[in-house]
Amino acid sequence: MTLLSVDNITVRYGRLTALRGVSLKIEDGETIFVTGPNGAGKSTLLKAIAGVVPAAEGAIVLGGQVITGASPESTARLGFSMVPEGRHVFGGLTIEENLMLGAGMRKDRARVGEDLKQVYDVFPMLRERKDKPAGVLSGGQQQMLVIGRALMTAPRLIAIDEPSLGLAPKVIDQVYETLLKLRDSRGLTLLIVEQSSTRAMMTGGRMILLRSGQVVLEGDARTLARGDTLKKAYFGYGEH
Amino acid sequence: MTALLQILFDALSLGSLYALGALGIALIFGVMRLVNFAHGDYIAFCVFALLWPSIDAAAIVFAGNLPTIILIPLILAIGAGLSVLSEILVFRRFRNANPATMMIASFALGYVLKNFLLMLFSSRPKSIDLWSNLSQQVEIAGARIPLLQVITITITIVILIALTAFLKRTRFGLEMRAAAENFTMARMLGVKANRVIMLAFAISGMLAAAIGLILATQSGTVDIQMGMSVMLVAFIATVIGGLGSLPGAVIAGFLIGGASVLMQVILPLEARPFRDAFVYGAVIACLIWRPQGLLAPKSAKQRV
Repeated sequence: MTLLSVDNITVRYGRLTALRGVSLKIEDGETIFVTGPNGAGKSTLLKAIAGVVPAAEGAIVLGGQVITGASPESTARLGFSMVPEGRHVFGGLTIEENLMLGAGMRKDRARVGEDLKQVYDVFPMLRERKDKPAGVLSGGQQQMLVIGRALMTAPRLIAIDEPSLGLAPKVIDQVYETLLKLRDSRGLTLLIVEQSSTRAMMTGGRMILLRSGQVVLEGDARTLARGDTLKKAYFGYGEH
Repeated sequence: MTALLQILFDALSLGSLYALGALGIALIFGVMRLVNFAHGDYIAFCVFALLWPSIDAAAIVFAGNLPTIILIPLILAIGAGLSVLSEILVFRRFRNANPATMMIASFALGYVLKNFLLMLFSSRPKSIDLWSNLSQQVEIAGARIPLLQVITITITIVILIALTAFLKRTRFGLEMRAAAENFTMARMLGVKANRVIMLAFAISGMLAAAIGLILATQSGTVDIQMGMSVMLVAFIATVIGGLGSLPGAVIAGFLIGGASVLMQVILPLEARPFRDAFVYGAVIACLIWRPQGLLAPKSAKQRV
């Protein structure tokens, strides 16, 4: 079943066109990587789906409902949980308040406590510091917190923008290990944006390569890694 | 000792007004980066709501004659209503505009409110008798303190405690604090933008109404300009406190109140007429020392 379908969307920032006619389909339970060089429009794609930036053209459908032009809060309420680039923890709120903020829109109040316990079980470090302001956490810990916070929204799809940005390689491994574990145990669908395609190849799954606001390549991450089509597409060789 | 106590009460009661005003401005700035210069006119509007419209010099008290237990909630509701209405009719349209545009819109709104009152009541200040029995003095540790000062300070403390409890202990409070730090992220977690913003406006309007009631009782007059001076100092307090920081706004409000009263006492007699110049001089010094404000909010920090 198609969970999210992005149909031919165009996003403009003033005179600058960030996305031109991008289409993408995500199946339920799938892991999909969006990669591409700086300025390719990866973050814009996520923001357009989240409803943070408006799409000038095209349509976005989430779980059978058209969400083109919907507000970020109503998109979130339909099960799209966004973890934007730079983590964005609420530094002045405690760790537990950060987590509970994600649960505020849920109807299944009874399950919230259970989910909180689960998040703490996955990230024991968060439980130890639950009453501390989130601002004191290190970069890696903040990444764990925003993943935990996204889980608290009981999402159908988690979209993560550059989860490895600014983290040590060992910490990145931990982040991915947890993400994949959570995906398998909770049947999550993951949409991950990374500038480098290495992670996509290691993790496996479908990969979409964006360049200059367009999809230039799409396919299985591991298959694409073998030839040099990926490198060519990434850097745009052979087109000049 | 008794003189000292009197100065302390003067400082605290003046600081209370500034703190409540600064809080009203900081609340709205926190959620929508708007410095609402119409806030002073909300104060005046709430006071005029006590009267029946007339351009006579003598005030025709209307709502002001209601029993206290009805009067206070009514005026608070008028403040909240006016504030929320101005959000819906005016500021909502500027939500994505830059802060300067919003600020100019707030000036325009203030101008409209002022002229509306002018039309109904004329520009002449009117005298009003609101809880005048509160002007009697009470004796505290040998010092004779006006009862109204004691009540003003008590009310302010109660409001501050209630607001802190609301922000720290309730779901709405949590959403407001999150929205003040990072509004877009809060929305991506399902926090409803309109609800949070309207709530901030409602609380801010109630604070304006509370200031209006205190000012009217204190001065015994109603005047179209009556919110102006509090608004100006309150705005300065929010800047000194760190724009968007609620504790900062309150602390700075009390500091400015304290500085004003203190300078009135310690400045040489010839310099006293220029007290405000000294107070604002201290404000400038404070901003040179800490341009980001005393307690810069988390959201204002550079994100890496």
